[in-house]
Amino acid sequence: MTPAATLGGLAAGTVNLAAESRGFLSPTGVEIAFLLVGLVTFGAAVITVTTRQLVHAALWLVVALGGLAVEYLLLTAEFIAWVQVLVYVGSVVVLLLFGLMLTRAPIGRSPDADSGNRRVALAVAVAAAAALVWVVVDAFRTTWIDLDGAPAGSTEVTGASLFQHWVLPFEALSVLLLAALVGAIVLSRKAKADAASGATDARRDTEGAR
Amino acid sequence: MTTTTLAVLVPLLPFLGALAGLLLGRTVPGLVRPLAVLPTLASLALAATVAWRQGGGQAVDTATELTPTGSVPIELALYIDGFAALTAVLVTVVAACVQIYSTGYLRDDPRYPSYAALVSLFTSAMLLVVYSGDLMVLLVGWEVMGICSYFLVGHYWETPEARAASLKAFLVTKLGDVPFLIGLFALATDAGSFRVTRILAAVANGGIEHPTLIALLLLAGVAGKSAQFPLHTWLPDAMAGPTPVSALIHAATMVAAGVYFIARLLPLFEASQAAMTVLAVMAAVTMTGSALAALAQDDIKRVLAYSTIGQLGYMTGALAVADRGAAVFHLLSHGAFKALLFLAAGVIIHAAGTNSLATMSRMGHLRDRVPDAYWTMTVALLALAAIPPFSGFFSKEAVLGAAEHVVTGHTGHAPAAAGWIVLLAGLVTALLTAAYAMRLWLLAFRGYGAEAPDHGRQPLTMTTVLWVLAVPSLALGGLAFRVLPDWFDGHDLTPTPTTSVLGTGVALVGGIITYATWRHTTAHAAARVPLGAVAAHPEGDAGLVEAEAIATHEPAYGDIAYAPDPSDPGRLLLGPLHRPAAAGFHLDALYTALFVRPVRAGASLVRFLDREVVDTYVRGAGTLPRWLGAAVRRAQTGNLQTYVSVLLAGTVVLAVAAVLVATGA
Amino acid sequence: MHLAYPAVLSALLFCTGLYGVLARRNAILVLMSVELMLNAVNLNLVAFDVWLSRTAEETLHSGQALTLFTIAIAAAEIGIGLAIVLAVYRNRGTSDIDKLRDTAEGHEPDGPDSDATGRETPVPRTAGEKAEATA
Repeated sequence: MTPAATLGGLAAGTVNLAAESRGFLSPTGVEIAFLLVGLVTFGAAVITVTTRQLVHAALWLVVALGGLAVEYLLLTAEFIAWVQVLVYVGSVVVLLLFGLMLTRAPIGRSPDADSGNRRVALAVAVAAAAALVWVVVDAFRTTWIDLDGAPAGSTEVTGASLFQHWVLPFEALSVLLLAALVGAIVLSRKAKADAASGATDARRDTEGAR
Repeated sequence: MTTTTLAVLVPLLPFLGALAGLLLGRTVPGLVRPLAVLPTLASLALAATVAWRQGGGQAVDTATELTPTGSVPIELALYIDGFAALTAVLVTVVAACVQIYSTGYLRDDPRYPSYAALVSLFTSAMLLVVYSGDLMVLLVGWEVMGICSYFLVGHYWETPEARAASLKAFLVTKLGDVPFLIGLFALATDAGSFRVTRILAAVANGGIEHPTLIALLLLAGVAGKSAQFPLHTWLPDAMAGPTPVSALIHAATMVAAGVYFIARLLPLFEASQAAMTVLAVMAAVTMTGSALAALAQDDIKRVLAYSTIGQLGYMTGALAVADRGAAVFHLLSHGAFKALLFLAAGVIIHAAGTNSLATMSRMGHLRDRVPDAYWTMTVALLALAAIPPFSGFFSKEAVLGAAEHVVTGHTGHAPAAAGWIVLLAGLVTALLTAAYAMRLWLLAFRGYGAEAPDHGRQPLTMTTVLWVLAVPSLALGGLAFRVLPDWFDGHDLTPTPTTSVLGTGVALVGGIITYATWRHTTAHAAARVPLGAVAAHPEGDAGLVEAEAIATHEPAYGDIAYAPDPSDPGRLLLGPLHRPAAAGFHLDALYTALFVRPVRAGASLVRFLDREVVDTYVRGAGTLPRWLGAAVRRAQTGNLQTYVSVLLAGTVVLAVAAVLVATGA
Repeated sequence: MHLAYPAVLSALLFCTGLYGVLARRNAILVLMSVELMLNAVNLNLVAFDVWLSRTAEETLHSGQALTLFTIAIAAAEIGIGLAIVLAVYRNRGTSDIDKLRDTAEGHEPDGPDSDATGRETPVPRTAGEKAEATA
């Protein structure tokens, strides 16, 4: 008995008969596109966590997040894809770049980007990846997503679902965002005088480095 | 009130007084003296009433069992015969005198409240022993006395002598108490009861299977409490306590308890000829040895302590010849005059500022400073030396007469050998007693030299008590020897002519020889070595002066009991025996060699085993966890990433394990 | 499309982020890695939502709704996280995670240059080296 039987049994009743007829590696066009974009995304992610140039890491993160947005599109979740581009690529990465500058992160190769924990981290990550991939592949190797027909993640569908069934969590989330806003301001405001001088120092340093 | 109620109140009142004194002593200082004196006085009145009502007739015997306590029942029993009634009167008289005396003696002592409470407790315990009809209840009083004596002897605990003496008193008496307890259990097993009446009935029916064993076990406890050879060594050292405590311990309580106990169970001892012979030998060794030692002591209180041991020897001697009437008679008269001697000695020590006879003999006119003590002490010393018509004469003659009865075969209760031993030892001791009484009197009151310092008159509370006690010392014997047989077993206590003449004769000889020797040694007066150390604070209260006197004796003379005084008549009389006698015939050294050193060696061996062997295992067992701890501690680097790495690694392992288990792989 | 593709990609991205969180020294790089992990989860949610929306009769589109929530929460998280990193940087003069060792055994409470005495620091770095790296 394999994990596939356990986990796959859940879906066995509802899975399409069409899925049964397809083998594990029988690529369609969408799958090839997904695979290529996925490779780019994964490569960008790996560079993000291994590069010694801090600013480059942020830029490679943009590539990885953009690749994910494309993957969403391929999965017909278009609204999520645009939100991904808007929020992550547009704002989060910019925020991270600001953070790098404000903490006077060195431009160029920095020899100490990785901590002494690297080998342990690598071992843990590889082990986790092996375990996860093994389980996931074993469980879902025959599961088929039917991408034909009406898109599952169009704006209309997502909006209807969000404002019919998920209104209350949506409103709660707005409170959370407000709290985060206030919290961030309070945390940053604490040493106002220091922040003023620190910001000028940071700018001068950055310019000098360039 | 019935006689029983009164009798219960007699030990209860001092006990309540002690309790109240301990509780209120700190908060209400004004109440301490009334709380100390009044319960004892009330208890004296009640004891006298009980004695009058009992009147030597049928013994009062009541009992109540509070709760079942196993196989042999323990009952709260009263058994008051003539012995108990009269002994209780003596105890309360002496206790009342001591309490009154202490109010003056320890006038300024900061620890007076606890002292007075302990004296009350001591009195209460002794009265419990006297009245109790159940041996277990008696044992309670017996042990309470032991612990009280520990505290009271150690009253001046600032001095190392007092600390050592209190410990010694406690340990030596406990050494006797262990076989005593075993003996009590054996006795109760044989007799089926702890009640005195039932035990005596069992003895009369021949129900005791091992009389010799039980009697010897009990004798060990008695020897410890009553300071008989070989467990007497604590008593001279107990002189490190305050003088009133010495008076209380020596005259009426503690030491009397042992004698009284044997008197109560005498038929049991009579059942064993061996025990009677042992008792006789013990008495003989005790009285002659202690009398010799008394002749050599320099500390006035140690002279009296050895004299107490000797007089107790007379009492056990009387018991060895199976005459408890004579024993308790001597106990009563001795209680009176020995209390007087100690209390008077306290006055003298206060006035002279020293406890050393050698120093006193270099003070002129000491007797004029303390006329009350001089006269009363003279009376008491005459009683001690058994000169007619003082009370000691009659009681001692009763003992010697009883021994003579046994020797001449008038009674079959005791072996004739015991009679001979007691009679001969008694006569020798009579000679020595008169000698040391004379020596004490001459050295203390007939000194030559500088005027004794004048610290003003002694407190009235102290001197009045002396005269109160002088009356029974003077007259008790002469008045009582006709009446007492009605209270006791009915044995005649009238002095027999033979022993009277013999006893008085040797006593006179002893006195005269000592006087002659003293006259001879005072010829050295011109060549006298200056000697002496006097208390630094003569204006303080008597307790303080005594504590200082005890503390300075050893630095001044090099020994607690001995002074190198060439004008001491005892030195000439004893000759080569003087030095060993002063040291108590080196019994302490012998005990040190025999018991203390082996015990110490055993203790150091045990300590070595504990430190080097047991601890090694303990340390070894501790090493591994310590190493583990050090290893684990190294993991606490404070680096969050390490922590999270380990956490996630564990999670992965757990997840994989869970999957494997779920799939049954 | 096979569900295995997005699922495997998601797992790999997640472990990449995991490695970044455990191995990066700079706190902001750690935050980036956290973003990667969140996105991996998002991909998973979306893929399964699309799969379930085809197979089930009625669907709440919970996967997509939760993805939106995650994106919002991630935005909030990145704001708070950066604020904390900035505060730490102002107080300690560094944003290196392995120098924040106040919970270590035998730690003496001291100022920003606690690493100068920190015996646990694997590679002791001097101020000169750092300046060289900056230039």
